[in-house]
Amino acid sequence: MKKKVFQILVENTSGVLSRISGLFSRRGYNIESITAGVTADPKITRITIVASGDDEILEQIEKQVAKLVDVLDIHELEPDNSVFRELALIKVRVEANDRQGVLSMADIFRANVIDVAKDALTIELTGGQDKIEAFLKLLEGYEILELARTGIAGLCRGTEGVVYIKAE
Amino acid sequence: MNGADIMVKCLEKEGITDVFGYPGVAICPFYNSILDSDIRTILIRTEQNAAHAASGYARCDDKPGVCAVTSGPGATNLITGIATAFADSIPLVCITGQVNSELLGSDVFQEADITGACESFVKYSYLVKDANEIPRIFKEAFYIANTGRKGPVLIDVPIDVQNQTVSKFKYPEDIHMRTYKPTVKGHAVQIAKVVKELEKAKRPLICAGGGVLLSNAKKELCQFAEKHNIPVVTTMMGIGVMPTNHPLNFGMVGNNGKPYANRAMNESDLLIMVGARVADRAVNQPDLITKDKVLVHIDVDPAEIGKNAGPSIPLVGDAKHIFKDFAENDFCCEHEQWLETLNEYRNTMGIKRNPNPAYVDPAEFLRKLSSKMKNDAVYVADVGQNQIWSCAYVQIKDGTFMTSGGMGTMGYSIPAAMGAKLSKPDKQVVAVCGDGSFQMSMMELGTMRQHNVPVKIIVMNNNYLGMVRQYQHFTYKDNYSVVDLTGSPNLEKLSAAYDIPFIRVENMEQADAAIDKFLADDTSYLMEIMIDPMDLV
Repeated sequence: MKKKVFQILVENTSGVLSRISGLFSRRGYNIESITAGVTADPKITRITIVASGDDEILEQIEKQVAKLVDVLDIHELEPDNSVFRELALIKVRVEANDRQGVLSMADIFRANVIDVAKDALTIELTGGQDKIEAFLKLLEGYEILELARTGIAGLCRGTEGVVYIKAE
Repeated sequence: MNGADIMVKCLEKEGITDVFGYPGVAICPFYNSILDSDIRTILIRTEQNAAHAASGYARCDDKPGVCAVTSGPGATNLITGIATAFADSIPLVCITGQVNSELLGSDVFQEADITGACESFVKYSYLVKDANEIPRIFKEAFYIANTGRKGPVLIDVPIDVQNQTVSKFKYPEDIHMRTYKPTVKGHAVQIAKVVKELEKAKRPLICAGGGVLLSNAKKELCQFAEKHNIPVVTTMMGIGVMPTNHPLNFGMVGNNGKPYANRAMNESDLLIMVGARVADRAVNQPDLITKDKVLVHIDVDPAEIGKNAGPSIPLVGDAKHIFKDFAENDFCCEHEQWLETLNEYRNTMGIKRNPNPAYVDPAEFLRKLSSKMKNDAVYVADVGQNQIWSCAYVQIKDGTFMTSGGMGTMGYSIPAAMGAKLSKPDKQVVAVCGDGSFQMSMMELGTMRQHNVPVKIIVMNNNYLGMVRQYQHFTYKDNYSVVDLTGSPNLEKLSAAYDIPFIRVENMEQADAAIDKFLADDTSYLMEIMIDPMDLV
């Protein structure tokens, strides 16, 4: 099994996300994560999908998605030529006397504390998936009350891989 | 002017002359507006058949077939028809009425999320929210349905949108879609590669699928094959690409195909698959068509190439364009020994049958029937043993062969034959079904009478769901389960009830005279032929 990150640009029509996720579920493709948001052009939505499968499956994913009428462009974001980030919000149970340990770990990871309660901290961490995994591993001794991860968003490096969509 | 008037005007602009459907409250504004138009409306007896009839219509025409039904159960009944068209890439525009858009999502009377339900069987779907969008949506829908890899498009129109007042009607002249741009022309580099392989090939073979017919490339393919003496085999959907008795046509491949056609596939050194999906019924073991040979896969849908078999040369494009491009290349393709070998296979690898003289032999009967049919006749096979026998024994001359190949939907033949006849009234149209599939669509005899559609129907009666019975015979050692059709109507009385002439054929001695009578005039006819329940395909 290989993993690939696909960037998909779609017409911002109603139902477009369900068309794409429906395609993955009915053809049995694995989605590891999916993120979507509007681009600088409000008519276009960017979707970043991390998918896994063998070479044939990954090729089929690209072709089947490209075939959907709403899809403007799909291509792989190759790890060497792309930047990826994920946002994680982590709520950890810590009593006041224990807080300093968590804070110093957050500091090393350049994470932000965005909410403090008597017995908990909510930490915002942005980075590659490895970084988030590493931080979560460090927190293993603590009770994680809630965890929200966005899945990765990505862009190609530089200007060479930028996809320009002509207005019609 | 309201949204419904606009919908009808859009159909007129697309040159649509026939709409198959079934009304209900949610589509009533549309059916009211259509009264002011010259468009003919055909009241089908159940919605599924509206889609099948539109499918038969489209397969004999260059425009998509159109059907219009109501919301809720009307729409859900249509689904099997839509899925059947999708599986065979038949262009349809399916219009469904929908409940008031303000009530959408509140589970009111006759509400069904039809765009959601059909998502995996349509090429695209629209839920119209503003009547001013109707012209653009219809323009796009017809374009999407009938270009690239063809298929059904669904337009769901809430009743308030149909009733919405619209000040003016302007049908767009052009398509403005930045997302949808199907590839039509084949890549020159890939075409050159194929030509090079053709020059080297000692055992070249073309395997033609339904895509060749959909792209209207029958003539181009035949000319190409004839010029270079390349033998042709077909999938089920490709039957009719070349006349059955053409010396280069080596028949249908697959599980139920000709043994020599399959052998030709396996032994070829250059296999050109065109407009075929390499699906399981045609190609049981995809590795056999890639091993020790060059596989060229031509398809207008890039996703089909490499889906089931990895080709040596992928070639995306429309078959008609690609064969024209091949024709422009001058090259030499020498392989005389290969045709001799294939002819020897054909002469020695026939299927031996032992017909029971007490019944009609479907093989001999269908050979006789189809050779007596007109040159350009339309033959519609249903699903079951009748389909397999049809594929194996029908002699197609310059006519059309239609069946539900991908989905294998029983009951397809009668509504599809009606659609074909309404599309091409001058052609002879014959539907051949089993006693099971007939009973799935026999209510359409009423439609035939009402709208005077002179379709000829043959029912192969063996009092069983023969195909399943045969499967149970082999797989479950004659433990027959739920395949006995006892209780079927007396077809002579049924025909009389619908005032349709009837003839029964008990054995082969009666066949010739009966077929002559059956085919003589351009009228509806129902023929029952008695088949030995023990007969296997």
